Amino acid sequence: MSMTTIAATAVELDAEGFFVHPEQWTDDMAPEIARAEGIDALTDAHWTVIRFMRAQYFEKGTGPTVRVLGKTSGVSVKELYQLFPKGPAKIAAKIAGIPKPRGCI
Amino acid sequence: MPSGVREMTKQAVILGGGTGGTLVANRLRRLFTDTELAITVVDQDDRHVYQPGLLFVPFGLTHPEDIVRPRARQLHDGISFVERAIDHVDIESNEVHLVDGRVLGYDVLVVASGAVLVPEETEGLTGPGWMERVFTFYTPEGAAALGAAFATFDGGRVVVNVVDMPIKCPVAPLELCFLADWYFRERGIRDRVDLVYVTPLDGAFTKPVASARLGQMLADKGIELITEFNTGQVDGETNRLVSFDGREVPFDLAVVVPLHGGASYVGRSPGLGDELNFVPTDEHTLQSKAAPNVFVIGDAANVPASKAGSVTHFEGETLVHNVHRFLSGEPLVDGFDGHANCFIETGFHKALLIDFNYDTEPLTGHFPSAVGLPLLKESHLNHLGKLMFQWLYWHSLLPGRDIPGISSTMPTAGKAHHPSLAEQE
Repeated sequence: MSMTTIAATAVELDAEGFFVHPEQWTDDMAPEIARAEGIDALTDAHWTVIRFMRAQYFEKGTGPTVRVLGKTSGVSVKELYQLFPKGPAKIAAKIAGIPKPRGCI
Repeated sequence: MPSGVREMTKQAVILGGGTGGTLVANRLRRLFTDTELAITVVDQDDRHVYQPGLLFVPFGLTHPEDIVRPRARQLHDGISFVERAIDHVDIESNEVHLVDGRVLGYDVLVVASGAVLVPEETEGLTGPGWMERVFTFYTPEGAAALGAAFATFDGGRVVVNVVDMPIKCPVAPLELCFLADWYFRERGIRDRVDLVYVTPLDGAFTKPVASARLGQMLADKGIELITEFNTGQVDGETNRLVSFDGREVPFDLAVVVPLHGGASYVGRSPGLGDELNFVPTDEHTLQSKAAPNVFVIGDAANVPASKAGSVTHFEGETLVHNVHRFLSGEPLVDGFDGHANCFIETGFHKALLIDFNYDTEPLTGHFPSAVGLPLLKESHLNHLGKLMFQWLYWHSLLPGRDIPGISSTMPTAGKAHHPSLAEQE
């Protein structure tokens, strides 16, 4: 765990850079996190996914996996990889300020 | 029988006559008299497959007909078996609707319908080359076809790929790699075969200590490991796996473990399942989150445990006791700890054993106590354990008996307490 400053606000991140407290996240933090992940500009499609990730997290206690995202977000898995090339579930969760989605075992 | 007594009889309906459905039916039959509880098991066919046996079919070590038995015959007297597909469940009116229009009312429902393969969800997987160059060993037909292909294979690149988790028996694809290494050595052509394991995980397995051990075993056997590969397409014309992020893995023969989902009727049952048709379930009580009188066992549940027969067996005890408590109006118990116990066949008449639960990853040591089978270490004894398990499955596990000396909760007595990798040997 470490404290970091994003958009001039102190937030707590875990060892892999995911938010520990999703309620610390605000919209204006997203572009800054995205740039650090190599995404220069957030499009409407990115925002659709970010909002969906947060809604799912607050409803279910974990962000969705890529496959569930593809089935439920209205954005196909192929498009998801175009939006977040380094891995949609992980990177979108990071930008959306929620903990790392719990994988399957 | 006086009609008054008849009306007291509660109805239990169990969906699925596989490992979980069968052992729950038989355990419930022992726990309740016929007048207390009527038990009905529903399945779409009468073929009970001993699924751990599928691994051995491609190598000619067993045959499909040797691992399939009638479902109805595994059920004790006083259990009804209905061979019919399910259309949907109405959790509001407590009814199961079958495809022929029949309706089964229930007081308590047990979902035991497992996981199904959905190869059609992966682009190209069931297209050109399917069952010719691209196989799965997760069905009797697929395992047999793969066996025929292996028998005439005289060299080239064999790629074993897991498309995405969750899958049944997460160690099975690794076992297939180990056995393929052995098989091609026995045939004297191992030097002409490249073996490659392609996984969406960041290592050979999900849990760190076991992942390191199994990763080392792949390396020792000369099996290439490709990680974090999310298969987007299987191209059976140019013989390549293509990941969503554009990486390619060529093959001459591909063994693919397709995506899994829950049974399709779950998706047609409002409020019962999640996006993948698995049923949201309390991981300790095994009561569904859909309705208090719906319980879930085995692969059908979304609990964070491996989808494996041992898990299903260990769940059985908690589940039937909680069904009893529910019908008696008593509070449920948090009995299930996520216990899994898996033999991993490694070839050359050896196997290793892993034992873990929700909180404890697979560790080294011995099972079930300091004197016992070695954990996370290859031995001939573990291989014999794996072979013996098929007998125990039909004669002890399905009848719903406890296996002597093996508790439902995970034993800790024989486990190394400080699982550093340095201590493994």
